[in-house]
Amino acid sequence: MKLKALLAAATAAAALTAGAAAAEQVKIGIAAEPYPPFASLDSSGNWVGWEVEVIGAVCAAAALDCVVTPVAWDGIIPSLTGQQIDAIMASMSITEERMKTIDFSDPYYNTPAVIVADKSMDIEPTPESLAGKIVGIQASTIHQAYAQEYFKDAELKVYQTQDEANQDLFAGRIDATQADSIAMADFVNSDTGSCCEIKGAVADDPAILGKGVGAGVRKGDDALREALNKGIAAILADGTHEKITAKYFTTSIY
Amino acid sequence: MISLKELMQPHRIVMMLVFAGIVIWCAFALRWDWIPKYTPLALEGLWTTIWILVVSTFLGFLLAVPLGLAQAVGPWYLSIPARTFCTIIRGTPLLLQIWLLYYGLGSLFPQFPWIRSSELWPYLRQAWPYAVLALTLSYAGYEGEVMRGAFSGVAKGQLEAAKSFGMPRFTMFRRIWLPQAVRNVLPTLGGETILQLKATPLVATITVMEIYAVSSRVRSDTFIVYEPLLLLALVYMAIAGVIALAFRRFEKG
Amino acid sequence: MTGLLELLGLGASAELLSLSGWGGNLLRGLANSLQIAFGAFGLGLVIGLFGAYGKLYGGKVTRDLLAIYTTVIRAVPELVLILILYYVGSDIINKISEAMGGGRVEINGVAAGIWVLGIVQGAYATEVLRGAIKAVPVGQIEAAKSYGMPAFLTMRRVTIPAMMSFAVPGLANLWLIATKDTALLAVVGFNELTLETRQAASSTRAYFTFFLAAGFLYLMVTLCSGAVFARVEKWARRGQPSLKGGAR
Repeated sequence: MKLKALLAAATAAAALTAGAAAAEQVKIGIAAEPYPPFASLDSSGNWVGWEVEVIGAVCAAAALDCVVTPVAWDGIIPSLTGQQIDAIMASMSITEERMKTIDFSDPYYNTPAVIVADKSMDIEPTPESLAGKIVGIQASTIHQAYAQEYFKDAELKVYQTQDEANQDLFAGRIDATQADSIAMADFVNSDTGSCCEIKGAVADDPAILGKGVGAGVRKGDDALREALNKGIAAILADGTHEKITAKYFTTSIY
Repeated sequence: MISLKELMQPHRIVMMLVFAGIVIWCAFALRWDWIPKYTPLALEGLWTTIWILVVSTFLGFLLAVPLGLAQAVGPWYLSIPARTFCTIIRGTPLLLQIWLLYYGLGSLFPQFPWIRSSELWPYLRQAWPYAVLALTLSYAGYEGEVMRGAFSGVAKGQLEAAKSFGMPRFTMFRRIWLPQAVRNVLPTLGGETILQLKATPLVATITVMEIYAVSSRVRSDTFIVYEPLLLLALVYMAIAGVIALAFRRFEKG
Repeated sequence: MTGLLELLGLGASAELLSLSGWGGNLLRGLANSLQIAFGAFGLGLVIGLFGAYGKLYGGKVTRDLLAIYTTVIRAVPELVLILILYYVGSDIINKISEAMGGGRVEINGVAAGIWVLGIVQGAYATEVLRGAIKAVPVGQIEAAKSYGMPAFLTMRRVTIPAMMSFAVPGLANLWLIATKDTALLAVVGFNELTLETRQAASSTRAYFTFFLAAGFLYLMVTLCSGAVFARVEKWARRGQPSLKGGAR
């Protein structure tokens, strides 16, 4: 019994020190909860999706040794500031609120926010139309911030993942959800999403919805930010970005 | 309880001073400016936590009595299901049980369109009934096992005496067996209720806005990490303290 | 077999759960869960042993500090503790490492899970082991002392073997708590069984199937450990009078 305990403690200690020796790898944090079609797990345990490929391309262009590290979305910013990861590339929009805590690279995609609801429901993406309705949103997203600001007369239900909100939309527990247009286009084309349709984009508010999706880095980590900027610029210039996009989407998302 | 004299030992005074120092440091060095804005929400969340705790503990205990009884003296067709139920509840994580009930059942709804027009639908749509159900079943599973021991622990002689007086079986159960079994489990009940309190934050994962969910909301709105968590830990410690004191008083009185 | 499953309308579920499907992911998650649970249980035992000795034989300050540790850990929900320990823990380790001139320490998921759950387990283990050590007849320890046996040797040769039979039921319970508490790490994004299940469920929309399958895996772990601990308890009690059917 004691031997086991010592062994376990020793492994834990070894794991700690072994990590310290690893050199200059850049840990790119993505959300551990699937976010198709940007990042999701396939059945053999690999991360796949548009964003995962973009991460690979950006890192290659910037000559960075990147490791994709899944972290809980809910705690992804604390993980960055707490140095568990070095950059966030998890479809995180560049907003002023977030810029108070972290820095962002240049954007690498930009899509509007939309409202999705049951086909039979007569819902428009306006605060008036959603008054008295139950709206599901994912925690710690621009959509949560937006809904809290504009949909004050709606009942908001906060989910840990967009997938769970979609699931409850399918189950009929919520009337509508606000999320990214591309992710939602993917959802309404799926089997479960056939119940629902995109009702339209919400009125833009750049202060809340941000200026596109960028890579988040720690404040003051300018070297990495510059490197990522260079990588993003390179894949935009040489057509890699376009090529990856064409694999997943019919329209450009930059 | 610790008397004042015991508290006034030199090392304890030093520790209290250190603690006071930490509190003062926390008060000034950390950010607390978000508190006024979120107080109403936090009070609502606190209320949700408390009522879910009280309701699920109460219902769970009511369910635990027959479960314990069935396991202790029931015929096989009652004792086997009761034992299976307790084993399953105690053998799987509560988080998984909550998700199975909420998302698992939810994913089956669309196959049965009539559910949406049934009278139960307004309840099935909300999250709290699932939270209460999951926590009730969990408490019943753990406490049912304790009640089994408590029922078997009541001295046989007393029951035989009651029988020889010609006391009807139900009266015997109500007057002798149940009160003694409950008194046997009372010391463990306080601890079990604190465990139940510690299980309540899990229902935040199915969109119930209780106190833990409020702290997550503060975290995601303001990006302040430690302060809401520290305050939250303090709130739970206060509730646990109240529960412990209440049960101690209850046990004595 | 396949025909039977097809008949019950479970063909689709069986395909989803097969090893080449998502079943492999679940098993990988289970392996991670068990690894973390095992490590946390071990770390908890080490903390618990020191904690129990501190509480029984330590000075006033040690005893008070340990009392604070066990009380706080046992009053605050594990989920909250995990979040605090996870974020604070890695922050502190990095600060210390930087202060000592070292680079950044990378903490992998399993190590962080072990550290977080181990601290929680340690508080409970302290109480279990304290109770067990107290149950060892004082005369045995005194006898060892009077022979001039060093403290560590006494602990290894006398106290620990003698207390085992009292400690095993409590420790068995702690092990079960450790396996189930690993599920909470899903909330901070560790790839253990519950998170793998959640990922599989949301990718395939078969929530019910996957949650049931994961529940079954956890239940198997519980039942198997129950059987193992029953044997361990029997072994720890060897040479002691049986509790069942003893003299009355």
